[in-house]
Amino acid sequence: MIATGIQIAYLSSAALFVLALRALGQPTTARRGMQMAAFGMLVAVCATLVDQRIVSYEWLIVGLVAGGLIGYPLGMWVPMTAMPQRIAFSHAFGALAATLVGVGEYLHGFHEETLSHGQTVALGFEVFFGALTVTGSLMAFGKLQELLPGAPITFRGQNVFNLALFAAGVVCLVWLVVSPYDTAFFIAILAIGLAVGVLMVLPIGGADMPVVVSLLNSYAGLAAVATGFALDNNILIVVGALDGASGFILSMAMSKAMNRSFANVLFGAFGAETGGADAAQDGVAGEMMPIDADDAALRLAFARRVIIVPGYGLAVAQAQHQVRELADLLEKRDVDVRFAIHPVAGRMPGHMNVLLAEAGISYDKLFDMEDINERFSDADVALVIGANDVVNPAARTNRSSPIYGMPILNVQDAKSVIVLKRGRGKGFSGVENELFVSPKTSMLFGDAKQSINKLCAEVKQA
Amino acid sequence: MTSTAIIQLFVFLLAGFVGFQTISRIPPLLHTPLMAATNAISGISLVASLVLAGADQSLLSTVLGTIAVGCATANVVGGFLITDRMLAMFKPARLEAKEQMSS
Repeated sequence: MIATGIQIAYLSSAALFVLALRALGQPTTARRGMQMAAFGMLVAVCATLVDQRIVSYEWLIVGLVAGGLIGYPLGMWVPMTAMPQRIAFSHAFGALAATLVGVGEYLHGFHEETLSHGQTVALGFEVFFGALTVTGSLMAFGKLQELLPGAPITFRGQNVFNLALFAAGVVCLVWLVVSPYDTAFFIAILAIGLAVGVLMVLPIGGADMPVVVSLLNSYAGLAAVATGFALDNNILIVVGALDGASGFILSMAMSKAMNRSFANVLFGAFGAETGGADAAQDGVAGEMMPIDADDAALRLAFARRVIIVPGYGLAVAQAQHQVRELADLLEKRDVDVRFAIHPVAGRMPGHMNVLLAEAGISYDKLFDMEDINERFSDADVALVIGANDVVNPAARTNRSSPIYGMPILNVQDAKSVIVLKRGRGKGFSGVENELFVSPKTSMLFGDAKQSINKLCAEVKQA
Repeated sequence: MTSTAIIQLFVFLLAGFVGFQTISRIPPLLHTPLMAATNAISGISLVASLVLAGADQSLLSTVLGTIAVGCATANVVGGFLITDRMLAMFKPARLEAKEQMSS
């Protein structure tokens, strides 16, 4: 009787989760939807607490309280600019929970001698994907938080080594299925999973992080699915599948936005190749033209249409509030201000949208690449703030460029371009940018926050 | 293969399909909240952790289970809070204009 009740509770929370994801399709309904999902979670947890397999509650309370105490600051105090690393970090948490459950269930089955072949496959998968996601996410976190060097780290024979290790993991898994009580192989799977996670993220550079973070999202989902199979728990399977689908869709979208295959992102070690940079240099000739803040401000103030293109530099400088002030000032002068958001601008899917929303810019002004690309030719000024590769015309014209073929924002079509840039160096991928030396383009060097502050002050006086 | 395993595969297949269809419709505007949301929802592994921590199988299982409960709870609590915080920031133009008038 109780067991049936629990299953029905799980069923209703699964329905709530699906409805919540549906509500997430529109900004107007999204918030209500997530409140429904939170309610669904509460239902599932309360139902589990009456499960008859649970005999003592002391440790549960310890875990729940500790988790709540860790979770609250993770939810309320983390600034929006730190969102990519925050997400990567919590992927590690989720995967750690799945891995520990996998280990615990294996131990239980081992002692009770109830391990079936099917359950062992599921537990092996769970521990492998879980362990890989834990260390992979921590590596991604380290790179995003700049605790680790953001540039790709490569060594000779890296891909061969990684694939061999992965294959070894698969062999261990097969062996474990044949003989479920060989604990050494279970431990080997765990260890290989942990190692693969580190090695997988090592050669991936900062600009490719959106793909990796989404992919880890997908793996965390697969670990949850495996947990569901091992424990015969349908809600875990459903939620894991939703999570896996979400991660998969996002990584596909990100790869497509960079015109690169999954394999290329994972094995390509973008930006490490010196050959690519040499080749790209041929196409770039000419000098960057610097501009003063007052000239730039005049151009903006007397424009009719301005398109602002934010990039990762905006997040680094944390200049989103200044950008909003500038946009407000321009709008008061009846300038039409829009924002053009490239799918891979920033370090995670939708990164720029969240930052600009935080500054209070309404989402009607944020346009996706396909929707705004035709409008650049009407724009008087395109203001590029800390973006580089996503506006690099070499992606269209220069076949030898490493980013050739990547869809870009048509900034070069605007009547004039102002680029805010920290210094004269190359972008994150190490690729030269022809846009910056084009006669249309003026460069405003300096920290984005200070530059925009100056622009605001000058626009006020204009 | 047992019949439970077959049913589980059915559930997985259908949930994956529903997930794929639903999530494909989410605009890039909301992709970061989507990641935070799936992260919070994936804290559902809490239900498995609770059973492991409370079943009193062995000391090691209880310790592993308790850590898992802690991690999953942190994800649930932190995940839902941060998603809500993010979604509260997404405002359409009309609302924004109203707020400016009142302030």
